[in-house]
Amino acid sequence: MTMQRIQHDEGDRTHEPAESSPFAPQTPQEVEEMLSAIGAESVEELFDVPEAVAFDGDFDIDAKSEFEVVTEIEELLGRNADRTEFLGRGHYDHYVPSVVDYLSLRSEFLTSYTQYQPETSQGFLQALFEFQSMIVELTGLPVANCSMYDAATALGEAATLAARVRDTSGSRVLVPETIRSERRSVLENYTEGAELTVGTYPLVDGNVDLDALTELFDDDIVMVYAESPTARGAIEERLPSIATLADDHEAAFCLGSDPVALALLQEPAAVGADIVIGDASVLGLSASYGMGLGLFAVKQAYLRQVPGRLVGTSKTADGRRAYTLTLQTREQHIRKERATSNICTNQAWVALRTAIHIASLGASGLSALAEDCVTTAAEAAARLNDIDGISAPVDDRHHFREFVARTNRPATEVVSELAEKGFLVHEAGEFEVQVCVTETNSGDLDDLVAAVREVLG
Amino acid sequence: MNYQQATWEQETEGGEAVNEPLLSEKRMETVSHEDVDLPDELVRDELTLPEPAEPEVASHYTRLSQMNYSVEHGPYPLGSCTMKYNPKFIEDVAALEDAAMHPDRPEADAQGTLTLLYRLQEYLAEIGGMETVTLQPPAGAAGEFTGLLVARAYHRSNDEDAERREVIVPASAHGTNFASAAMAGYDVVELPSNEDGRVPVDALEEAVGESTAALMLTNPNTLGLFERDIEDIAETVHEAGGLLYYDGANLNALLGRARPGDMGFDIMHYNVHKTFASPHGGGGPGAGPIGVIDELTEFLPDPHVRKADDGSFELSEPAESVGKVHGFHGNWLVLLKTYAYISRLGDAGLKDTSAMAVLNANYLASQIDLDIPYEPFHHEFVASAGDVDAAEFAKGMLDEGVHPPTTKWPEIVDEALMTEPTEALNKDQLDILAEAFTAASRKTPEQLAAAPTTTAAARIDQTGAARNPRLSWRDLEGNDE
Repeated sequence: MTMQRIQHDEGDRTHEPAESSPFAPQTPQEVEEMLSAIGAESVEELFDVPEAVAFDGDFDIDAKSEFEVVTEIEELLGRNADRTEFLGRGHYDHYVPSVVDYLSLRSEFLTSYTQYQPETSQGFLQALFEFQSMIVELTGLPVANCSMYDAATALGEAATLAARVRDTSGSRVLVPETIRSERRSVLENYTEGAELTVGTYPLVDGNVDLDALTELFDDDIVMVYAESPTARGAIEERLPSIATLADDHEAAFCLGSDPVALALLQEPAAVGADIVIGDASVLGLSASYGMGLGLFAVKQAYLRQVPGRLVGTSKTADGRRAYTLTLQTREQHIRKERATSNICTNQAWVALRTAIHIASLGASGLSALAEDCVTTAAEAAARLNDIDGISAPVDDRHHFREFVARTNRPATEVVSELAEKGFLVHEAGEFEVQVCVTETNSGDLDDLVAAVREVLG
Repeated sequence: MNYQQATWEQETEGGEAVNEPLLSEKRMETVSHEDVDLPDELVRDELTLPEPAEPEVASHYTRLSQMNYSVEHGPYPLGSCTMKYNPKFIEDVAALEDAAMHPDRPEADAQGTLTLLYRLQEYLAEIGGMETVTLQPPAGAAGEFTGLLVARAYHRSNDEDAERREVIVPASAHGTNFASAAMAGYDVVELPSNEDGRVPVDALEEAVGESTAALMLTNPNTLGLFERDIEDIAETVHEAGGLLYYDGANLNALLGRARPGDMGFDIMHYNVHKTFASPHGGGGPGAGPIGVIDELTEFLPDPHVRKADDGSFELSEPAESVGKVHGFHGNWLVLLKTYAYISRLGDAGLKDTSAMAVLNANYLASQIDLDIPYEPFHHEFVASAGDVDAAEFAKGMLDEGVHPPTTKWPEIVDEALMTEPTEALNKDQLDILAEAFTAASRKTPEQLAAAPTTTAAARIDQTGAARNPRLSWRDLEGNDE
């Protein structure tokens, strides 16, 4: 070990703009020694780039000190308006306990990668195995993978899986008309390559219109998708009937949900779901501009067609239980164009955070959180309903976290006037707004109600 | 080097030897919902999950973390994965309260975030020599898929989608290239490498034609070699009416030295968790922005961050957009870390990054007594374990306190050890890594078969895991019902 003499005027590296990369530790002397060992005169000599395609310009990006970068980003993000969000529709803000940050940010977890060498990666593998196990408990389905990117891409993967597992060919996927248009667009991109098309079925009073769905169903449908809670926050009451319809036509039934809702609502396996997708990062990440964690669970018969990483147990040479990535012949690095998916890098670290969050809540904490999502939404709807000019909820259903309210003035105006008063709600229709309440904004509910009273009362 | 990974060997109640019991083997709780105001048929009968107290949670995950090798433990030279140091301050930046925001915020209320995303688009466009960048794809493979959707939309706009059904992929390409092409509905045409490890232009000329949608290529390729014929390759593909796609996995070799756009590529993805130091997180999240030439800009995913006439930033839908590839705006927190890293380094730091990455790979190779059949390589090289199974060789390296390279791939090298040290290792660490190669190559087959002995787990029976998949704690003996 040698000590490097630092010239006094070079200063502290973290406080001076970088002239070289502050994250490349080679000293000038080491560079010389290394070049000499290679037998090269200069580092430039090591680049075998033909002159015609070489780049000798600049990117015009000024190096900054750490302090300058942090200050700049603080200033930039400070330009985001300071508003209280009552926003949901597929992305939710639950309080994430500090223990999740402190443990997940341990560099042993954060700076590792896919567990190609399981013997030296037991910790992350066990954490992912436990994540899979938690999803199995929540869904009742026996197989859950380590993650997809988000709910939308998980839905896309579900559709192509449904087409692969079917004995007979089919060409259509059915989704609720209330699905977020963004989620549907992702689904359509995934299904296009598999030559499937996406159609919708109507809802009546917040739940699936069973008569209409029955009418639409035929043997050409490879998968039907339903959500509970729906994008409008309603708890779907007709899941078992959808499952029966799907069964009758050899279609897969895919349910969209999330781990908080699943802690309370009837188990997907019990209502006949073949696949469950959703955003699991409702636990583990606070609002993060849409970054997610695709939940993906299936029934046993689909095991060999599952996309993404799976962790299983095995034994070590000395007889201990150990964890390892398994069934990798499904995956792109082995099976190439015949793989079940192209996914490689996934959302493993978010899965770790979700698992830590679930563990720290425990069965009783998670269960209480889920119950609060029903109670708080009902209370909030009732309070808004007391105001003249607004009625809530529009859908005569039970709700989870959020609900749609009807306004007597155009929703665009209502949304923008509420924003001026510091509150963000969704525009859900021409005379409809959508309001989402969790423990992170329920303390501001009084103020929201007062603002709505001023705008509409 | 003497090395011993931590472990807390014990027996479960069922008598099974484990390194750390599962949460389910500590304390489980079953709860039911008695008081909730919902009809019974909508509510699950009961829920069973672990119920640890916070000190138990902290202890469990701290122990697990210590049974996990990471970049900060030492060399982690997985080829094509670019396991570089992840600066600490980028985590603090991602934790800023103003970064936590709902994706449906109106543009006017999200100007800070949109400004930052716009600047990152511009930075990446400049670095890649591309006209326009989208940040939506959440990983490299998602970027590939998105790029091929763009290619397809382009050919469709020329009424050529029905004929152009093939994507050409070199045999040595990343597995995701093949899989992404298939997912986008293309037939994959595999192109063997020539004897010096590069794309054979004559064979490419044979392969391209009216059915060619695109050629996917990484440069330097997976052997670390620069595709010196890139201009001919580009001309061949373009003359046939196809598009040239750049897989950005190996961009860490070329920052400020060569740009895909200047080489003739039409579409590229960036692996920000590789090149731009956002942490790999045990398998993700990453982000896979794509850059395109001017002609393809209007096909990019919706929404795209653009600068409005009044100088504000807006989310706009490109005229012929392929639609969405992520439910919202991609992996925002990862993109934020990427912006912080690029801003910290600037031009000089980025160029130095590639210089030191290439220097490190070449120095490491010079200290290893194994055959490296293809050169001159850049940021990574592929050594051959010779008569030894590369996977066995890797297990031998584990006992030297380092992570082994990527093994048995690319297949063009027998018993391949694909090695990428990155710029983040100093000379002492490179010497330690070189010694690990040497130590492994001196081990007898019996010693390798007994390795590793210093990790939390001894050699794991992977075949057994696949033969009898146990994928949750419910599947474990003595733990069901």
